[in-house]
Amino acid sequence: MTTPGADANNAGWIVACHIDEIEREDVIRFDHAGQTFAIYRASEDIYYATDGLCTHEQVHLANGLVIGHIIECPKHNGRFDYRTGQAKGAPACVDLCVYPVRVDAGKVLINIDYESADEA
Amino acid sequence: MPITPRDYSLIGRDTKLAEENGLASAEWYSCPITRKQLKELMKRSDGQAIRDTTIWFIALGLSAAGGYLFWGRWFCVPFFGIYGVLYGSASDSRWHECGHGTAFKTRWLNDLVYHIACFMILHEPVIWRWSHSRHHTDTIIVGRDPEITSPRPPDVVGMVLNLFALKSGAKAFGKLLLHSIGELNAEEKTFVPEIEQHKVYMVARLYVTIFVAVVLWCIASRSILPAMFIGLPTFYGAWLKMILGLTQHAGLDEDVLDHRLNSRTVYLNPILRFMYWNMNYHVEHHMFPMVPYHALPKLHEAVKDDCPEPYNGLLAAYLEIVPALIKQVKDPQYFVKRKLPSRAIPTPDLPNGTVPVMR
Repeated sequence: MTTPGADANNAGWIVACHIDEIEREDVIRFDHAGQTFAIYRASEDIYYATDGLCTHEQVHLANGLVIGHIIECPKHNGRFDYRTGQAKGAPACVDLCVYPVRVDAGKVLINIDYESADEA
Repeated sequence: MPITPRDYSLIGRDTKLAEENGLASAEWYSCPITRKQLKELMKRSDGQAIRDTTIWFIALGLSAAGGYLFWGRWFCVPFFGIYGVLYGSASDSRWHECGHGTAFKTRWLNDLVYHIACFMILHEPVIWRWSHSRHHTDTIIVGRDPEITSPRPPDVVGMVLNLFALKSGAKAFGKLLLHSIGELNAEEKTFVPEIEQHKVYMVARLYVTIFVAVVLWCIASRSILPAMFIGLPTFYGAWLKMILGLTQHAGLDEDVLDHRLNSRTVYLNPILRFMYWNMNYHVEHHMFPMVPYHALPKLHEAVKDDCPEPYNGLLAAYLEIVPALIKQVKDPQYFVKRKLPSRAIPTPDLPNGTVPVMR
């Protein structure tokens, strides 16, 4: 239950929540050091993490709706694939940053030092 | 101190004021509702929208058939009356709901009905997707919201003309021609991103082509009958759209970050609710725009204790709206202050303190 980009090194890994804090096919908000993230649990019980704010209008995605692997922004219906951060059409035109996630001892950890945008 | 009229453009003094006062892209009040409840309400389905859209298309088809059969006789008038309202007014809620992507669960059904309804009501789909997005970000924030239909002072003559889309239609055709030559106006450039602008031009050219074809068809057949089906119903059927649409925000406060104060929820009968796809629950819609139209009555039940008293029908709403608009003609500072019930959570303070409404 580890997403691509995760490594065994502990650098940058922080505990975001307990695994039971998120229902399957849902999302919660996680704030850390002035940054906000969205933590997802897919229906197949895999966890993912993205930036917490929609790239369109800075709305918290954690208040949105998870449909399959899509997160819909609660304000304007901006849609993203939360596994890759890919924007799926207007009004969302800019991809979300995604972060590696791992589950350890019942806790969901995300690596905030690693952003998908760093890969470019 | 003399009062300066407000600048409702998106590139003027009040745009800058809204940004300075922290009203642009601000955080809005939301009634308390549990995540579980909201998730349940936001759930998508196809069933109800397919049923309602099928009824709508059948009613359009039957009324069009009646109008065609009785063309040239007075008996065609009620058929075209019904056809016009279904075409020029019912389409208003259809483009709107499908634009939010909430009416259907299936994405392409939302997109298909969105484009059909946009054409019927003469809304260019790309422009309106972006303008409506801004309307939800900055609802009735002067200088930011491109969809303020009742500025202060209100354009009462324009409102009367718009019962038959005469002012709005002329404006829409002007913009259509502008877009068809590959131009956007300065205000549109503030909310349509560059990467989307080519789509505006493409759709505008398609619309112009269709309208030119209809005109040529009328000339060739020496009859306005083709235009009675495509084009003219946007005008002769617009009156219900205008009557329902004005109830949303007209006469209420501006520059507040609480939809309970700038939007109305009006109880309507089932026929009007069908025509309007429950947009009469407008406070709820603005607060939680991802809740599909068919779940708005349930959402209303969940949050009504935290909202002002709804209006009991169109008459009740207009008994407030008409005097308010008349007063605003003489006194643009006047507005209807919605009263929150004592049990409701008070409106949070505005960012940067109180906003100077006019200066």
